[in-house]
Amino acid sequence: MFQLEEEVKEEPKKDYDLAKSLPINLQGRNRFSQFIASVLVNSLYEMKNYPVVLINTVLSPLSFLVLIEFVSRGSLLGEAIEGGFIMSMFSAGMSLQGDLSHLKNDFKLQDMVVSSPTSWKVYLAGMATSELVYSLPALVVLGILAGYFLHFTPLGTITFLSVLFMMFITSIAVGYTFATFSSDIVQSFAFSRLLSTLFSTIPPVYYPITYIPYPFRYFAYLSPTTYAAELAQNAGGFIRLSPDAVAIDWIVLAAVTVTLFFIASRKARWREI
Amino acid sequence: MLTESLGQLSIDNLTKIYSKSKGKKALDSVTFSVPARGIFVLIGRNGSGKTTLVRILSTELEPTSGRASINGIDVMTEADQLRRKIAIVPQESRTVPWMTPLQTVSSYLLWRGFDYSYAKQRAMETLERLGLGNSAKRLNRTLSGGNRRKVLVATVLASEAEIIFLDEPTTGLDPISRREFWEMLREIGKDRFTFLTTHYLEEAEELADQIGVLDRGKLMGIGTLDQLRKRVSYNYSMKIPISPPLPSSLKISKGEMVRGKDEYRILTTEEEAFDLSRELSRIGYRFTINPVSLDDIFFYLVDKQSGDSSEIGENEDRARRRSGNYWAAQQE
Repeated sequence: MFQLEEEVKEEPKKDYDLAKSLPINLQGRNRFSQFIASVLVNSLYEMKNYPVVLINTVLSPLSFLVLIEFVSRGSLLGEAIEGGFIMSMFSAGMSLQGDLSHLKNDFKLQDMVVSSPTSWKVYLAGMATSELVYSLPALVVLGILAGYFLHFTPLGTITFLSVLFMMFITSIAVGYTFATFSSDIVQSFAFSRLLSTLFSTIPPVYYPITYIPYPFRYFAYLSPTTYAAELAQNAGGFIRLSPDAVAIDWIVLAAVTVTLFFIASRKARWREI
Repeated sequence: MLTESLGQLSIDNLTKIYSKSKGKKALDSVTFSVPARGIFVLIGRNGSGKTTLVRILSTELEPTSGRASINGIDVMTEADQLRRKIAIVPQESRTVPWMTPLQTVSSYLLWRGFDYSYAKQRAMETLERLGLGNSAKRLNRTLSGGNRRKVLVATVLASEAEIIFLDEPTTGLDPISRREFWEMLREIGKDRFTFLTTHYLEEAEELADQIGVLDRGKLMGIGTLDQLRKRVSYNYSMKIPISPPLPSSLKISKGEMVRGKDEYRILTTEEEAFDLSRELSRIGYRFTINPVSLDDIFFYLVDKQSGDSSEIGENEDRARRRSGNYWAAQQE
């Protein structure tokens, strides 16, 4: 023990009154404020201050759609629009892992939030939602296209929206998990590229899986986006899946999501060790 | 013994070993207690453990062992309660370039749970207080480095936090900006407990009510500047360039000598300082002589106490250097 007890007991010379210093009276912390702070910082402020990013968010999911439209001479337009939706949802997770890592390692912003009344759950929910907000321009364009070219039954609409929600949750789990492993921006970009290749370029998101010859088709089933695309294409009437196949697709998507969240919760720590 | 009383920062045997450090202690049984008011400045070289200590106290990092509490709130077991009362500007934190100062400060207040309209109003008031009112709606990336740093400090200043941690907030600032910054820090320290780390000793001298000296994870000294000055037990500090070599006839009988990178530093009594000055002037050596400063205290404490430890390889040499005979030994 450091032996300076007598010295440290002395009061500093200045006479400060802590009670006087608190003009703010926070009756109750506003959790919605905490949630919305993440949305503002990670999406709305960037979209407002750098409007050019809006073009990028629109172009990204539409580029594949346009390509598929040209190559298939219009025959796969419906699948491609569904694929655009799925990829918008999935890119939320990929962006999340980059953004979490960026804000933590480069700006130390997450450290400031850790030492504040915001909990990790509220922070993560806000950040995840911010990615969805960031995708809104693309979703609006895709929504207009869907209104013209997709014709869902009521059950198909519910299924399709459920698939999109599931894809969003899965992608957040993927992004959150990878964010916990990346310690700097270079690593984060590497993860982004890897995820992008594994989950969006290889799998048959914009076209039916039957277009992929065996044995490569098996590889496609390694990606959760393949299952989401199958369910969406089934809901839109582009392919016919058996009830068993539908059940398996849902189970796989749920299992992947739960597993990834489990890994992330074990690995990720709000307070570092 | 941990004193968990109100108005105290109490640290008891705090040790941190990072998993990838091969057992090296970033903090080594640090124990102290200071009043949690005014400005406490922790000084130390790079890698001395300052940031590790701040990160533990601000609930960002778990210690390997030991305990700490602020105003009776345990850093480990009552982190959620403590987080309502603390705010930090971490080392190397940066403003987000796509945001404005107003957005930066107000969003931090939102994270603290303020309502949106009040957060915005409070943020604007704080920025105006700091002379950033006209820049409040410019993008952060267009601000000068000093102003960007001010924006970060504005976040904690605008908050309701009673305890503020600032980890090397002035590193990299030019001397004028740094002095402006000191005014701001004094302002914060007036009514909140401010825990500041720095490796600028004049900053500690200028701002601190209490000073802690950390070196290689160990606490080397703590107290007010006057208390630390008393520990040195010498009044004067002389600095003499290492080159040219000093004559062997020059002997230090009452004081102690520390060899720095470019100069010898002799801490001694007024009488011996006078004798040495006369001798050095006579033989035509350049030197400076001043009352003992925090700079001298730091070198004295760090060199003296790390020299007493057998764990550190360089210390034998340091211990020899502290001996008055070292000079003669060098000349032989």
